Amino acid sequence: MNQFKNWQIGLIYSVLIIGIIFAMPNFYPTKPALQVAFGASSSVPNTNIIQSVTSELESKSIEFEKIELDENSLKIIFDDVENQLAARRTLAEYSDGEFIIALNSEPSTPEWLRSLGGKPVNLGLDLAGGIHFLLEVDTERYSEERLSSEGASLVEEFLSRNINASYVSTGSEMKLSFSNTNNLVQAREYLDQNNFITTGSKYAISQNGNTINLQYTNEYLDEIIDYAVEQNLVALRNRVNELGVSEPIVQRQGTSRIVVELPGVQDSTSAKKIIGKTANLEFRLQARPDEIFLRKEQFSFKSEPGKVFLEKVIILTGDNVTNAQSGFDENGRPQVNINLDIDGGKAMQNATKDNIGRNLGVLLIEEKTKTYFDENDNVIQAKEPVKQVISNANIKDTLGTSFRITGLGSSQEASELALLLRAGALAAPMTFVEEQTIGPSLGEENIEKGINSVIIGFILVFIFMLIRYRLFGLSANIALMSNLILVTAIMSAVGATLTLPGIAGIVLTVGMAVDANVLIFARISEELKANVDPQNAIRNGFSKAFSTIMDANITTLLVALILYAIGTGPIKGFAVTLSIGIVTSIFTAILVTRSLVNFIYGYRRVEELKI
Amino acid sequence: MNIPFVRYNNLGFITSSALILIACISLLFKGLNLGQEFTGGIALQLKYEQKAELPKIRSSLSKIENVDFKVNIFGSDNEVKITFQSDSELNITVDTVKNQLEEDNYLGEVVMEATIFPQIGEELRDKGGIAILVAMLVILVYIIFRFQIKFGYGAITALFHDVLIILGIFSVFGLDFDLSVLAAILAIVGYSLNDSIVVSDRIRENFLDENKKGSSEVLINDSLNQVFARTIITSFTTLLVLISLLVAGGEDLRNFSLALAIGVVIGSYSSIFIVVKVLLATNLSKKDMEKPKNEPEESYSLD
Repeated sequence: MNQFKNWQIGLIYSVLIIGIIFAMPNFYPTKPALQVAFGASSSVPNTNIIQSVTSELESKSIEFEKIELDENSLKIIFDDVENQLAARRTLAEYSDGEFIIALNSEPSTPEWLRSLGGKPVNLGLDLAGGIHFLLEVDTERYSEERLSSEGASLVEEFLSRNINASYVSTGSEMKLSFSNTNNLVQAREYLDQNNFITTGSKYAISQNGNTINLQYTNEYLDEIIDYAVEQNLVALRNRVNELGVSEPIVQRQGTSRIVVELPGVQDSTSAKKIIGKTANLEFRLQARPDEIFLRKEQFSFKSEPGKVFLEKVIILTGDNVTNAQSGFDENGRPQVNINLDIDGGKAMQNATKDNIGRNLGVLLIEEKTKTYFDENDNVIQAKEPVKQVISNANIKDTLGTSFRITGLGSSQEASELALLLRAGALAAPMTFVEEQTIGPSLGEENIEKGINSVIIGFILVFIFMLIRYRLFGLSANIALMSNLILVTAIMSAVGATLTLPGIAGIVLTVGMAVDANVLIFARISEELKANVDPQNAIRNGFSKAFSTIMDANITTLLVALILYAIGTGPIKGFAVTLSIGIVTSIFTAILVTRSLVNFIYGYRRVEELKI
Repeated sequence: MNIPFVRYNNLGFITSSALILIACISLLFKGLNLGQEFTGGIALQLKYEQKAELPKIRSSLSKIENVDFKVNIFGSDNEVKITFQSDSELNITVDTVKNQLEEDNYLGEVVMEATIFPQIGEELRDKGGIAILVAMLVILVYIIFRFQIKFGYGAITALFHDVLIILGIFSVFGLDFDLSVLAAILAIVGYSLNDSIVVSDRIRENFLDENKKGSSEVLINDSLNQVFARTIITSFTTLLVLISLLVAGGEDLRNFSLALAIGVVIGSYSSIFIVVKVLLATNLSKKDMEKPKNEPEESYSLD
């Protein structure tokens, strides 16, 4: 008799039930919501914000379902779009345009499902609408600039050791020239001693007469490029957060690219401006007390009370900052090390050599956007730069491409300052290499088309299998349905992103999942033709088809995994659903079908089997 | 039912050779009509309330100099896709086009806009090619490991055959070859393999069966007949699904579904004709199936 043991049946159906539970969140409608961020400089929101927003909304008799604070933004969920839009207008006026408010939709997954970790599947931009940017970090320019600024600091270092040197940098190579052999030998000694990084040596050094040629080793290049891209990623995340978009994606892609995806955003020009902006730092000397008003400006400090006058002349901007890191000085006190590019170093040197003893102020410039909405819900934006002093330190010596700020209160203060300095400027220059805006209507249309083609495809296959294989076909169809549920459940549970090509991948697995069943049924009918009795025919059919099914699916899975590893964008989306679909189809086509076939035929004598 | 597939083998071989020859010639001289993801460029998709008037759009855009605009209906007749090439020197962007159309009062709703820079395209092209080659290599290794190298030759030849013919069809008919078509071709690599493996699996089984006697040709022909029904039914169900994608999936998935549909048909055909042709050409025989016998392990005792 063909029977599964009870625990086997239990296991198969537990998997299916878990699948149904995790697929369920996708069938609850989404509700309109607002995501309210408070901007970087506002004080940390507390429960009072919830109260004041609640009372403000209630006073305007705007109904909402729920209000909650997560991380540093407020989420308000509404029953309908009208209330959502009215609340947006009200809150913009209430905060005098300070709030960054984004329209959003929130799944109405019930609490018990959510507590189990159930959530609907993430929709890709092609389904949800929004903006996609691909930025490329100019690693070549970055490493060249870095090498050349290092040349300047090396020459400074040599001078302090009484070694006379000059340098020229040509692209990826730096030539250090020395007046005599003695200097060269000393310099070489210094270089050899300091030529270590964790993965090997920093420079490839070669000597030619009285010059030393330096080139970065590949290991070191990889290291600094990796660091620069990570740094840019941090800076970009900060900038994207300013946009107040819910669930933005800022992700590294490959060695030197960064993907930015902003669901729901439509205005690509302003998004691009914020993402692509540079230079929001200014270095200026503190004004002398007797300086006339025309030449000075007053600014307040960012993190402490008080104001200070700085000169109007800008020595350099955040553009010139290549790196900033917190650390400790010789006495164990916190400090921030700053590196400038070659132009910045020269400007800094000129500005500070005659001004030792005065203070150098660092200004952080943030673009504050105030957003209002008019009666027709059009966006009205007012922009004003806010400049605040983040550091005002005494100049102890002539400063060059690398210097440090000491006298900081705590190491936390030091790391915050370093972060601000870094975030202000991008570590390495970047360019936009791809941009795409997908309107919300196109997204909806794509979802509709995708779902329709899955349904039509499914129904066609369903009918065909039923006609061709009858009861066996019915088992295969139920298995197929379980497969769709499992794919949806896994996609939702692991947080994979569903795209239009992804839907195509699902549709394809529907077609291919049937293949396993067709193989099994063909085998069973062969067995029957060879006069094997029905029960054994079923058993042999399943077991003989098994290795074929596995071989066929494993190779296809290999292809899908290669697609995932190498592909980008649409190809990846396709590979994800195809891989998941193949794995689940092996489970459903073999085990679920078998359990159903067992259920139909396994518990009785079967005289004749039609297939 | 016993169809003498092996007898028709040469017919299949001639047909395939001819198709591949045409494909190669077309690919060499005409090339592929590469989509914007590969060539770089700018695309703008507009939607109008009524039927879009292409001449109106074209005459409006003709005011922008030095750019060759392609204006086409996309999907339904109220949607339009405008594509063009620009560079930093020309500096004509999506906004230039939008402004021009707005000036002439015929902008419509902007459904989608995309700017792709050429270097991305080049990389994609290289990566796509690499993906196909890596996939083939991994598969070859798997087949050698699971089956026997002669089956590997058969499957890989069938893969090349299928991929070349699909590329050829896209080239001959000048169909848009975009990223999704590349994905489809990679999927076909998987699908065609699926077919080849099912056929190979059965051939191996029959060769290993000591009760089955007969020449290689007879055994192979029997195997083909045994899997034929399955091949047809599976291809048919997959085609059913692909047809629904073609009909309901919209413009974005059209070429994808088309490539897959062609691939499914050709993949099934090649598993029957090409794989078998290669297996016969390599003189596959029962001897090949014998696994090298392991030397009996010598046993040592420690006492």
